[in-house]
Amino acid sequence: MFKFVDVKYMDILDVPSLFIEKGKITTLVGASGSGKTTLLRMLNKMLSPTQGKIMFKETDLVDINSVTHRRQVTMLSQNPVVFEGSIRDNLNIGLKFQEKSLLSDDALLSMLEKVNLKKGLDTSPNALSGGEKQRLALGRVLLLNSEIYLLDEPSAALDDETEETIIHRVTEYVRKDNKTLVMVTHSKAMAEKYSDTMIEIAEGRCQSIRGCKRERSY
Amino acid sequence: MNGVIDLTVFQVGLAYIFVLMVLIIVRILGIKREKELIIASIRMTLQLILVGYALVYIFDNPNPMITGLIILVMEAFAVHTVLGKYKNKLSLPMKKVIAFSMSMGTLTCIVYFLLIVVRISPWYEPQYFIPIAGMLIGNSMTGISLGVKLLLDGMISQRALVEEALILGATPQAATRSIIRNTFDAAILPTMNSMLGMGIVFLPGMMTGQILSGTAPTTAIAYQIAIMLGILGAVALSVIILLKLGYRTFFTQEVQLQTGLLDN
Ligand SMILES: Nc1ncnc2c1ncn2[C@@H]1O[C@H](COP(=O)(O)OP(=O)(O)OP(=O)(O)O)[C@@H](O)[C@H]1O
Ligand SMILES: [Mg+2]
Repeated sequence: MFKFVDVKYMDILDVPSLFIEKGKITTLVGASGSGKTTLLRMLNKMLSPTQGKIMFKETDLVDINSVTHRRQVTMLSQNPVVFEGSIRDNLNIGLKFQEKSLLSDDALLSMLEKVNLKKGLDTSPNALSGGEKQRLALGRVLLLNSEIYLLDEPSAALDDETEETIIHRVTEYVRKDNKTLVMVTHSKAMAEKYSDTMIEIAEGRCQSIRGCKRERSY
Repeated sequence: MNGVIDLTVFQVGLAYIFVLMVLIIVRILGIKREKELIIASIRMTLQLILVGYALVYIFDNPNPMITGLIILVMEAFAVHTVLGKYKNKLSLPMKKVIAFSMSMGTLTCIVYFLLIVVRISPWYEPQYFIPIAGMLIGNSMTGISLGVKLLLDGMISQRALVEEALILGATPQAATRSIIRNTFDAAILPTMNSMLGMGIVFLPGMMTGQILSGTAPTTAIAYQIAIMLGILGAVALSVIILLKLGYRTFFTQEVQLQTGLLDN
């Protein structure tokens, strides 16, 4: 699905080669500041490599329209962002940005249930806790029903139990429709339990993924 | 109406008593402003005398080249003023957008106003062209200046929202929609407020001037209504051009946020 060829991003990342497989769950682990977010942002063209190229389905990402690409490869940011309006508006806003038709309240409510958020649709999201905002943002991207997902620490602000539930549901959702998932996680246990491939970025500024990449299949 | 009372040099001189009065107040209060006050008074006097004689010459010798040149100078001055206000905060493309929106917005309205509403002849008649262009350009300058400030502030304060919108697959246009809406609204608000207060809270300068110089109040009012609408049009048009072209300068070819200027 994605193929890195001698990619560098400033002096932050150096990725001589890397494959991300279609229909698989790939996890990205590594110390804080090692470049996980940077790598993920390159996958959805929020950052472009300063050297080398990233191929997406045989096409150089440079030649793909950024907006079109981001509508196919949906990313959840590490820090949840809440937009103006109600929880309903916040769930629908991704669809609105992508000029797709909005969903009924029933569909939105069942998504809230899926991400374990017990709030009404008319509630203002400003009062939500960090973890609740994160789940709201997760619900927002899951509604987009994309083929490929990039999730940056979807469970960072959650307690162990909620984390387990959420990751379980997300991976189930992804596997059921044979979607591709790349997920950053701080929890190696989660990574080992749920992913097909784990990529470890070495401590500090990643010099090379080649040396620290640990691929395994389950 | 007994025609216009001409002021003699002596009479104008009497008005300088006001400057003297302010000088005394300033001295008593111990504010160190005497020098600036004297300079401001002298500069104002000299500038207006020069402009007065220049206008006499220009009105007596109507010439399309001179009218055109004066409009050009006014536009350049207005653009220069806005750019000077936000020195290091503007990217080169944004500066171009400011110059373009200022001139397009005002010229369109000036031409429509003079040729279709007032119907001056010849088209370059300086007696109409210069003051009316001056008013439209001056007001647009204020509008654009406010628009630039609010657009920059909005992009900086709502940067995270704009970026998140991009991540979610928004076009730059959709990502900045609320910033643009709010900026436009705020930039035309002063013009609308002055329309609301007109005739009640204050008599506009142009109308006062016309009435003082012997024009019938009804004529002066007709002009004032028309010019006010022209100002509204010029401000709105130049601000919308500014915003519609300006938001794009914050994004790269790859539809990523143009950082750098937003960082500080
Ligand atoms: N725009 C930028 N300019 C310069 N340095 C940056 C920029 N963005 C990120 N960095 C640096 O690049 C490094 C990697 O950042 P990144 O956010 O990818 O780390 P991360 O692995 O996601 O960390 P965390 O687990 O804390 O989220 C960090 O040292 C960070 O300070
Ligand atoms: Mg990160």
